[in-house]
Amino acid sequence: MSETRNSILTKLRKTRDAHPLTPPASDFAPIEAKQWAEEERLPRIRRLMEAVHTEFLDATEADWPAVLREFLAHEGVGSLIYAPATDTGKRLVEGWDASSTALIPYDRPLEDLKPRLFDTIEAGLTTTRGAIAETGSLILWPTAEEPRTLSLVPHIHIALLRADALYDTFLQAMRDQGWAQAMPTNVLLVSGPSKTADIEQTLAYGVHGPKRLVVLVVHP
Amino acid sequence: MDGNAPDFAAASRAALADPQLRGNFRRAMDGLMSKRAAQFSDAGEWHGVRALAASVRLRALSKLPELLETLEETCTRNGITVHWAATTDEANAIALDILHKTNAKLVVKGKSMVTEEMHLNAVLEKNGIEVLESDLGEYIVQLDGTMPSHIIMPAIHLNTKQIAHLFKRKIKDAESREDAAYLTDLARRVLRAKFQAADVGMSGVNAAVAETGTLCLIENEGNGRMCTTVPPVHIAFMGLEKVVEKLEDVPPVISLLPRSATGQPITTYVNMISGPRKPGEKDGPREVHLIILDNGRSSIYADPELRDTLRCIRCGACMNHCPVYTKVGGHAYEAPYPGPIGKILVPQIEGLEKRGAMPHACTMCNACVEICPVKIPIVEIMGRLRVEAVKPSGAVKDGGAKASRTEAMVWSGWAAMNASPTAYRVATLAMSKLGNAAPSSLPMLKEWTNVRTKPRFASRTLHDLARAKGVPDV
Amino acid sequence: MSAIPKPTRVYYFGTCLVDLFFPDAGMAGIELLQSQGLTVVFPQGQSCCGQPAYNSGYRADALKVARAQLDLFPGDDPIVVPSGSCAGMMKKHWPDLFHGEPDEAKAVQVAARVWELTQFLVHVLDVQLTDKGEPVRVTWHASCHAQREMGVVEEPKALLRQLANVELVELKREKECCGFGGTFAVRHPEISAAMVGDKVADIEDTGAARVVSGDCGCLLNIGGSLEAGAKAARGQHIAQFLKERIHGR
Repeated sequence: MSETRNSILTKLRKTRDAHPLTPPASDFAPIEAKQWAEEERLPRIRRLMEAVHTEFLDATEADWPAVLREFLAHEGVGSLIYAPATDTGKRLVEGWDASSTALIPYDRPLEDLKPRLFDTIEAGLTTTRGAIAETGSLILWPTAEEPRTLSLVPHIHIALLRADALYDTFLQAMRDQGWAQAMPTNVLLVSGPSKTADIEQTLAYGVHGPKRLVVLVVHP
Repeated sequence: MDGNAPDFAAASRAALADPQLRGNFRRAMDGLMSKRAAQFSDAGEWHGVRALAASVRLRALSKLPELLETLEETCTRNGITVHWAATTDEANAIALDILHKTNAKLVVKGKSMVTEEMHLNAVLEKNGIEVLESDLGEYIVQLDGTMPSHIIMPAIHLNTKQIAHLFKRKIKDAESREDAAYLTDLARRVLRAKFQAADVGMSGVNAAVAETGTLCLIENEGNGRMCTTVPPVHIAFMGLEKVVEKLEDVPPVISLLPRSATGQPITTYVNMISGPRKPGEKDGPREVHLIILDNGRSSIYADPELRDTLRCIRCGACMNHCPVYTKVGGHAYEAPYPGPIGKILVPQIEGLEKRGAMPHACTMCNACVEICPVKIPIVEIMGRLRVEAVKPSGAVKDGGAKASRTEAMVWSGWAAMNASPTAYRVATLAMSKLGNAAPSSLPMLKEWTNVRTKPRFASRTLHDLARAKGVPDV
Repeated sequence: MSAIPKPTRVYYFGTCLVDLFFPDAGMAGIELLQSQGLTVVFPQGQSCCGQPAYNSGYRADALKVARAQLDLFPGDDPIVVPSGSCAGMMKKHWPDLFHGEPDEAKAVQVAARVWELTQFLVHVLDVQLTDKGEPVRVTWHASCHAQREMGVVEEPKALLRQLANVELVELKREKECCGFGGTFAVRHPEISAAMVGDKVADIEDTGAARVVSGDCGCLLNIGGSLEAGAKAARGQHIAQFLKERIHGR
């Protein structure tokens, strides 16, 4: 198909050169101007995300596993899949024994987990790389240790958000974290549980992705 | 696609005669317009981000061949296999080839307008491959055996009751419940089994980043993520105009697209894919293919005026605001892209012989132009296509297809009358004296008087009145 | 629009639809301008802005007609047009239509001097109207081209609000096209009928006795439809409505 490729590119180049186009400069100021005071960011994120049915839990570095354990027990969640090789995963398992929720490590390829992941495991835990105040969005940065299906397949997605990792805009997060230099296989912004309005514009939650999104805010 | 020219007038008559459909669209579009307006309540912000997004699209078009080459390079470096297709047939053949090589039997699809353009589903089914649309709206439309009626909300023409009936007929064990939550959950159950079993996932692309070799997809349901994450092979389809230069160019587009489309600040998921599963990673497809489709786009690009058509980011806001679309709905256009963007894009892709009527299905009210997030001069392009239909410059496929000697003579006569003060005076005098005697059965008057009284010629023209009242002439 | 100093003399371009169907509205516009102390010049050689052919794809015919108007407006005096659509054609599309033609510069010069009537009354003349009419409820229909090509949105409503005995009730979908669209109304009569049907329903919901507009295409369509449907409301051009109000009839 390289013949097709070359003929398309040749045609584009020829016709563009015949009628060059001078685009106006891209002024990012209207996006850069969107800023919120530090103390406003989390409440704003919370408000925007709660408006689309996201749930929030507050915790500290010391007690987040306990807060999570309690929440899962209270909600009657029988199983939680997590990333065992991450620091978060290691913290999670410490002293979990007493819990009524079974911990399942995501320690093998998806192919070997598929039926359980789709049919029996109720919740998945991931970290985040921060959140965005403008739109109320979590930044998910899946890795080899923390696979992307953790936040996709189980009915409940629990996302750990550190309250000191908040950004004003998508643009700011991408610049500050240097995304363009090293994009991983998959990056996600997640702004709520899965939803649809395809049936007569009636909002319904949990169509294909998680039915519930729970943000576990870890305050410093 | 069939060879017959679609008859927009006939199809729109049928749509207008369906009060259910009229009501569904009126309600839906009214809601979408007010939700969008609420998102852009800060006029300064709207103008600023809109100018930025337009500049991003224009910059991409200004470097289109170079950016496509860079995209190919960065994608390839990331492990994505890039394919080029000049026509929809070529694109279908490439897709089929990948499917055969992977011995695929079941395909799940996320929303992709390009695959609608290709009629890919029909091709796959003909080749014995089961293909399932997974966006809820697309799934509904596929079950119903029809086409999407809106590019963002494919099943907007149906109400809950109609969908409940459809599910009852088509899905095993479905209860007859007119409840969106129940119906959504039903679809969830059916489709989760399919996501798990699928051999290949397919998707469109909202923006492809040349700088990093990244495919961006936005969606609310999670089906796009399912299709691009769970099956072992992912095939993404994009029109060649979908490339942007830098990763930083994505936020302005993402900022405007969902707000314009459905009035939400952002979609639930923004999914950025930069390659297949890497060694050591536990999930993600093992192969990612990107099929870049031309299908007439390079010809659109060739003309400096028509080129602006390719700025489009497919938000569908032009449909929501189009008074014609709102009345007749998407199906009347019988095209993958309905509404204003369809009226300029489809005739350029499919030619004016088949689609010459589309640019005339417009009152040129400019409501679409007012809200287009990337400032496409839709109505100017519409006007240009009307010219190409009767006086071809060679820029558009089947130019001149609507040329008519009679029509040309009428306009030439009209011009002669209006270009000469004497002729104009004689003609208007005649109309003032005799015009009202014209029978309503005359062509044009007949259509006009269908719901209106006959326009009444005044007995004296303004020219006469001004002269009589001594209004100076110079 | 950039306001200009108040002139002493203006040109008036009446438009073909006003000429044939609404000459009284055209005359009312002239008289409104005269009442502000202006000399109004109505070049008798004028006919049409060329829009019908322009929008139908017959640009050469449109150019021929537009060209016939060009020499009627010598000098720098503003050109006032009692139609947002025709004003938009002249102001916005003439420069494109004449692009590359020998008289392009002249067309651009003329285009730059074009004003829609209410825009001119508000921004240049800053008119203050005294209402002498009986109490009445009206609604305003905004023509698409007045709004979106000439940027005329608030001006006519501001004028109507100056009138003490006039109650202005706005339409629910003020910005939505009435379905005229020139040849659209006869090319797609059913869709056009559906559009004007929605517009008429919207007008009826306001309970207005009159729907006032600044464009005669819309008025032929809406007014004709109101009449055919034997509705109580009537359409009227804003120039004529304003003139009647300040003269108390």
